[in-house]
Amino acid sequence: MGDVIGFFTDPTHWEGTSGIPNRLLEHLVISGLSILVATLIALPIGLFIGHTNRGSGLAINLANIGRAVPSYAMMVIPLPLTLSLAPVLGYDPGFGLTFLPIFLAMTFLAIPPLLVGTYAGLRSVDRDLIEAGRGMGLRERQILARIELPIASSIIVGGFRTATLQVIATATIGAILGGGGLGRFIFDGLNQGLAGRTSIYAGAVMVAALAIGVDMILAWVQRQLTPRALRKGRRPDRPTPITRLEAATPRSIPAKLDPL
Amino acid sequence: MLPGQQIFDFGWIAGHLDSIFLRIVQHLQLTVVPLLLGIVISLVLAVWVVRQPRAYAPVTAVTGLLYTIPSLAAFAVLRPIFGLTLLTAIIPLTTYTLLILVRNFSAGFSAVPAEILEAAEGMGYTRRQRLFRVELPLAVPLIIAGIRLASVTTIGLATIAAVLGDAFGGLGQLITEGIQNFFPTKYLLGAALSVLLAFAADFLFVRIEHLVTPWAHAKAGAR
Repeated sequence: MGDVIGFFTDPTHWEGTSGIPNRLLEHLVISGLSILVATLIALPIGLFIGHTNRGSGLAINLANIGRAVPSYAMMVIPLPLTLSLAPVLGYDPGFGLTFLPIFLAMTFLAIPPLLVGTYAGLRSVDRDLIEAGRGMGLRERQILARIELPIASSIIVGGFRTATLQVIATATIGAILGGGGLGRFIFDGLNQGLAGRTSIYAGAVMVAALAIGVDMILAWVQRQLTPRALRKGRRPDRPTPITRLEAATPRSIPAKLDPL
Repeated sequence: MLPGQQIFDFGWIAGHLDSIFLRIVQHLQLTVVPLLLGIVISLVLAVWVVRQPRAYAPVTAVTGLLYTIPSLAAFAVLRPIFGLTLLTAIIPLTTYTLLILVRNFSAGFSAVPAEILEAAEGMGYTRRQRLFRVELPLAVPLIIAGIRLASVTTIGLATIAAVLGDAFGGLGQLITEGIQNFFPTKYLLGAALSVLLAFAADFLFVRIEHLVTPWAHAKAGAR
């Protein structure tokens, strides 16, 4: 325990490429980038299928397939491609060995919870409200922006929350391929035998703190976005199951949605 | 990948079927043991939570917190404590199943309508008989759905246990060795087999779900 505190107070661990600030920055950059790209892909598709209910079966099935792929496997499957494309596209082979496959895996894994969360959020909107909007002469776009999105936003953020957790954990595993990020403290420590213990503990503490901290922030955002009338008390009064629909986002979607 | 090397070398696979098979068996072991432990622990927790609703919030909070910890961190922290024993891999893999299983099990139990419970009481069932003869069978669909989700999750996380060392093996070991030796056949095979195993488990439990709940998919078309 004292060793771990010593690790954090040692000034050499706070500077340079393998210092804590740079590793944290690497972790945040790759996580942020892949969440951004995944959101740009999943949000429009989710909004479309949620609003029209067209292609929902296909999207949910694809999301379920995406959920089943182990993240470590997902990271190495594109490797031959990202390595052999390096001379063709002119990027550094090291980039094709670490950043690119890790980034692709993280993006791919973040899409299912985002897609399902968006779809489920829109489908949770009471049909009568949408009909009322139509009756008031709102256009489809306005119905989406003024009725569906505000009501669905907390469930969409729930999907975002699961995607973010998935991404932060996958960035940690990226250290096995030699990628940057906080996982390096753990993985480098594992390779140093007994001497690496402190680095392992310190890395694990940082990774867990990052994941739990980000999750708590997003949980707060989710609560703020939940319409007041739909907010539950501080403790859920009855157990809610994880249905087939919310399989991709196990902690965020209310269970009253029909399982598909 | 070294220059001039084939991406996928089927000859190597044919020559190493034994060791590949061993990795699959190890992976199944890394999946089944935590899953069984998780089921037992979750059943106990779910029964407790259903009888004692005040316990639901803290139990889901703790299991949710455990679920949030990235797996590499969990494995790495336990390795110096338990060394290269199976416990180091089994403990985190078990705790990751708890969130899904406890939520589904307890939802399954509390989904039993009050009239049915009263009817069972009226027939003179003891609490224990009611649990085993009424509540458990009616909770089966949600129980199986939870086990299905947990099994797929565990298969994925078990690949990461290979980072701990050769002792645990599993398909993650094929991936790790393949990457260390720049040998694509090995890591692609490890990856493909782990994906296949996850799909197979998913499919198996979907089939079981259908078999034990014929009523559920009869009305699936109607929303």
